Amino acid sequence: MAKVLVVTSGKGGVGKTTSTAALGAALATAGKDVVVVDFDVGLRNLDLVMGAERRVVYDLINVVQGDAKLVQALIRDKRVPTLSLLPASQTRDKDALTDEGVEKVIGELKEKFDWVICDSPAGIERGATLAMRHADIAIVVTNPEVSSVRDSDRIIGLLDSKTEKAEKGERVQKHLLLTRFDAARAGRGEMLNIDDVLEILSIPLLGIIPESTEVLRASNLGSPVTLNAPLSAPARAYFDAAKRLNGESLEMVIPRDRKSLFGKIFGRRAAA
Amino acid sequence: MRLMNLFKRPQSTTAPVARERLQILLAHERAVSGKSDLIAILREEILGVIAKHFPVEQEGISVKMERGEIVSTLEVEVEIPTPMCPSFPLPATSKPATADELAREPEMAEAAEASE
Ligand SMILES: Nc1ncnc2c1ncn2[C@@H]1O[C@H](COP(=O)(O)OP(=O)(O)O)[C@@H](O)[C@H]1O
Ligand SMILES: [Mg+2]
Repeated sequence: MAKVLVVTSGKGGVGKTTSTAALGAALATAGKDVVVVDFDVGLRNLDLVMGAERRVVYDLINVVQGDAKLVQALIRDKRVPTLSLLPASQTRDKDALTDEGVEKVIGELKEKFDWVICDSPAGIERGATLAMRHADIAIVVTNPEVSSVRDSDRIIGLLDSKTEKAEKGERVQKHLLLTRFDAARAGRGEMLNIDDVLEILSIPLLGIIPESTEVLRASNLGSPVTLNAPLSAPARAYFDAAKRLNGESLEMVIPRDRKSLFGKIFGRRAAA
Repeated sequence: MRLMNLFKRPQSTTAPVARERLQILLAHERAVSGKSDLIAILREEILGVIAKHFPVEQEGISVKMERGEIVSTLEVEVEIPTPMCPSFPLPATSKPATADELAREPEMAEAAEASE
């Protein structure tokens, strides 16, 4: 049975697109058929992070409006054959997406893939509610910082009221993905710590992704971090999260402060 | 400088403040959004009752809930059109409203509000 997953947050810039690409690639390398769908109409970025920007011919809106067939718009990844991308339109605006059109496209994708991963735009408006509309599972991407946590709380409220599942009296499974986590700053008490965020939002934790330059390097090169640097700390955290999505239970790795006390005193830098 | 930073640590701990502020704020926001359905239901039901007696418009009613520390208040404001139309209920007879009766209208609106 295909599963529809939405990667959402309310706030922008927290790591939704990065996480969509990284998790999509991680699930696909594990042998699942995966499609990542960019719902950020007008501000598409998933194509860039996936390194497929020059291969976009048709997009989600063309398919929704019937101007292109789904197979014409899907872009198959060059590195992982089980991974595909359905890009968003860069020129049109989100009003071109109709409820019925989106429902039809999601239905067709569910027939072709094991995982349909929807990268939500920021905000709580129509774009975000359309992206979450048909979700079975939601990944709420949150940074350990007050405004991000507040916005995540809003989004959790919408997941419980504005989704197809909620309207049928069912529940969207919700998971927290804590991203851009800086262990050193959390250790110094400058950033909300993991327990605080978990207590406040009270949804289960899917993973903790450390703040890392590897993420930036990967997006510069147009490759999900799980493909570009599979052994790096953020990639390992994404691989673990993907396994948890597949039902495995793994121990949670808490990112540690690599610049330890000794590192500070002797001015030594641990390899990142 | 670096060693100094180690000693300064306790003062720069702002995370607990962030946590407390969030907990208070979200408790409030969740209560409000959780109640938004209740407000919508109340609005519909109040409108239904009043519409039996006055020709009120869908938009003519506003229901607000203000949450306070000890008591919360429910504010209901109903706009009733000035009774020129024949459907406006008049005591006993149903002849068009006289100036005298028109003058009474604000009182009736107030009465409707007060009874909530
Ligand atoms: N774990 C991380 N470490 C460092 N930078 C990150 C991390 N996750 C995301 N970023 C950076 O943050 C920025 C916003 O990320 P993005 O995935 O586009 O967010 P969103 O889709 O939520 O707007 C990008 O520049 C991205 O490279
Ligand atoms: Mg994005």
